[in-house]
Amino acid sequence: MNTQITMALAGNPNAGKTTLFNTLTGARQHVGNYPGITVDHKEGRTRFNSREIIITDLPGTYSMTAYSAEELVARDYLVKQKPDVVVNIVDASNLERNLYLTCQFLELGVPLVIALNMMDVAQDRGIDIKVDKLSQLLGVPVVPIIARSGKGKDELLETVIAVAENSGQSQATSCTITYGEDIDQSRQELVEIIENNKFLTNTYPAGYAAIKYLENDDQILEVGRAAHTQIAAQLEAIVEKVSKHTLKTLEVYPEAIIADHRYGYIKSIVRQGVITQKFDSDRLYLSDKIDKVLTNRLIGPLAMLGVIFGLYHITFSWSEIPVGWLENGFAWLGDLVEKHMADGLLKSMVISGVIDGVGGVLGFVPLIMLMFFGIAVLEDSGYLARIAYMMDRIFRIFGLHGSSVMPFIVSGGIAGGCAVPGVMATRTLRSPKERMATLLTAPFMNCGAKIPVLALLIGAFFSENEAMYMFIFTLLAWVVALLAAKLLRSTVLRGEPTPFVMELPPYRFPTLRGLLIHTWERTWQYIKKAGTVILGISILLWALMTFPGVPDQETAGFEVKRQAIMNTATPEVAAEIESDAPELSENALALKSELLSIDNAESEAALRHSFAGRIGTTLEPISEAAGFDWRTNIALVGGFAAKEVIVSTLGTAYSMGEVDVEESRSLGQRLQNDPGWNKVSAVAALVFIMFYAPCFVTVVCIARESNWKWAAFSMGFNTVFAFSLATIVYQLGTFLNLG
Amino acid sequence: MTTIPLRQMQKGQSGSIKAVKATGELGRRIREMGLVPGTQVTICGKAPLRDPVALRVLNTTLTLRNSEADHIQVEVQ
Repeated sequence: MNTQITMALAGNPNAGKTTLFNTLTGARQHVGNYPGITVDHKEGRTRFNSREIIITDLPGTYSMTAYSAEELVARDYLVKQKPDVVVNIVDASNLERNLYLTCQFLELGVPLVIALNMMDVAQDRGIDIKVDKLSQLLGVPVVPIIARSGKGKDELLETVIAVAENSGQSQATSCTITYGEDIDQSRQELVEIIENNKFLTNTYPAGYAAIKYLENDDQILEVGRAAHTQIAAQLEAIVEKVSKHTLKTLEVYPEAIIADHRYGYIKSIVRQGVITQKFDSDRLYLSDKIDKVLTNRLIGPLAMLGVIFGLYHITFSWSEIPVGWLENGFAWLGDLVEKHMADGLLKSMVISGVIDGVGGVLGFVPLIMLMFFGIAVLEDSGYLARIAYMMDRIFRIFGLHGSSVMPFIVSGGIAGGCAVPGVMATRTLRSPKERMATLLTAPFMNCGAKIPVLALLIGAFFSENEAMYMFIFTLLAWVVALLAAKLLRSTVLRGEPTPFVMELPPYRFPTLRGLLIHTWERTWQYIKKAGTVILGISILLWALMTFPGVPDQETAGFEVKRQAIMNTATPEVAAEIESDAPELSENALALKSELLSIDNAESEAALRHSFAGRIGTTLEPISEAAGFDWRTNIALVGGFAAKEVIVSTLGTAYSMGEVDVEESRSLGQRLQNDPGWNKVSAVAALVFIMFYAPCFVTVVCIARESNWKWAAFSMGFNTVFAFSLATIVYQLGTFLNLG
Repeated sequence: MTTIPLRQMQKGQSGSIKAVKATGELGRRIREMGLVPGTQVTICGKAPLRDPVALRVLNTTLTLRNSEADHIQVEVQ
């Protein structure tokens, strides 16, 4: 007997699937790839009665058609991986709609256990469910649970193990749903042909394939044609015949009749005494009362802006203190190395490459954590769906879908997201065109990696009103992304809009556990990226900026100048400088500052001569149009690898360019004092950074979600687009003398 | 008893779905959410820009665009 049981968790969105998953697996879960959307398989483990249960959290779906990528993922998993048990989580307070998916599991004939969730909510609403009766009528075990509190969890796992052990013997009860005379008859014909020819029977049960043929399911039709052209044609002919008939007599396609009969079946079950409504179902629930206010014509949009702005304010003001601690910590670490390590290349690498690079990125962890926490609250409470509902009318204008809000927000529409999960979240969009438009424009949003760069420049040049400017730049990201989407939807991505049928889940108090898991998953991804990719790149960039160094001839030139200055000094002053005395006389100070300016010039020469400096200088004649000097160019090239690298590269570039600047001065202050930077060039840089080529990881994701052609398009298009905008800003700003 | 398109229903008005004319993807999506003949619907609100519309169906709140609501015929009192 094998001790491991594979279990799949399936159900409608908002039925509490993720909550149950977290309750069952706790910390023992592995999120494949990117959170924010559960399209990739989430896997977790739990032990119960000395049995190891491997749980896969399937994406939440309403149906099992080939309608969206998520439904396909769920269906393919069930038919191909054949888990020992499928736990179908069903929302007790919304039984009928949830059972629609259950019907399709019954048609598919998988070993099923129903977890009847939110019994408490149902009871509050006066809904009484006879669990035994439901189980008897459906022919599958039903376990009442409350996923949030974990109540019923043990009984559920006991049932899962029992079903897994029996799955070999008692075959799942055959589905008893009837679809009306016409359909049933055709279905019978199809089943016979399928069974006689063993057509796809390795993957799909005959009855199920027959239903899918009648439903005109694209995926099955395609698989069928590929498997056996003749049989497929024979089946399709039968479907066509019955379609013509139903169209003539009932004015509908068979798939509509099938759906109607599934609901008919559900109603017949529910009416056999499964549900008793103790009091009026039209009672205004708390959630509806909240919606009356939060989606109100006037209050709704204002509240929405308030919520988003509030999220900003909290994130920025609350994170200030821990960010300061981290910055001081890394500065202290740098000082420590400065004092105790021997001068040389290694020391330079540790300070400029490792500590500055990683410190600059990790310093923003508290901010990103708070931001992710805020997004998790909006997501889990159900408010994000209201934002989609209120925004759809606007999004439609730009050829997008209300659901485009999610990818945009995850990407950083509420700053602090990440384009990587954002790009992946576009899988929920069904229309390929709306999806592509969202996919290509979502990276315009201010992701968590751009935040450090934004915060740096805004902090340096607009420190008087930081939150306000962050907000303005977020709005700018939205405006530009939407206009770009419209541009794409009316050129390369022309086409009809897709349906906006969506559920507004009831408002819920998010569970702290769920929020923490959510926040931790996302923050950890950021830290991992910072700790690995960024460290490597930071060191690589240090090397790029250090080698090959200044030619000997020039070094000699600087030495000659130094000597010339020293020769002008009186012996006393020269001795004072050599002695490193803490208090210097006026003459010595003047001399020292002359020497310092030569040191600076030499460091700058070194950077100019480095590989990175050469790239930056070569690009300078072009980038000057947008106000970028070679240092900024280096940072922007680095930013293509990951946006947060811009900060660390600028840090490295400036700390190497100006030797002996007081260590405590932050990069922001350095930029503020640099003659090459002013408000106009800062805005031009911000605009370019916001809109130029997405980071390499995002590009790879775009390629995976579409193809490399689109990925290359997004790099080229975005960079040209961003540079044009930045040039306009810089030239106009300089012309109007706003700097 | 009259039958009107869902779009023309007023806020707070209830009715029973008579027919769903939509086909293809839209039709599937509408049906899987429980909008099938015989189901009771109540209009519970409209988005700030008067579109989409929010309805109460089978104990949940659904949203539809007005253009999609045109495909659904509802029998109202």
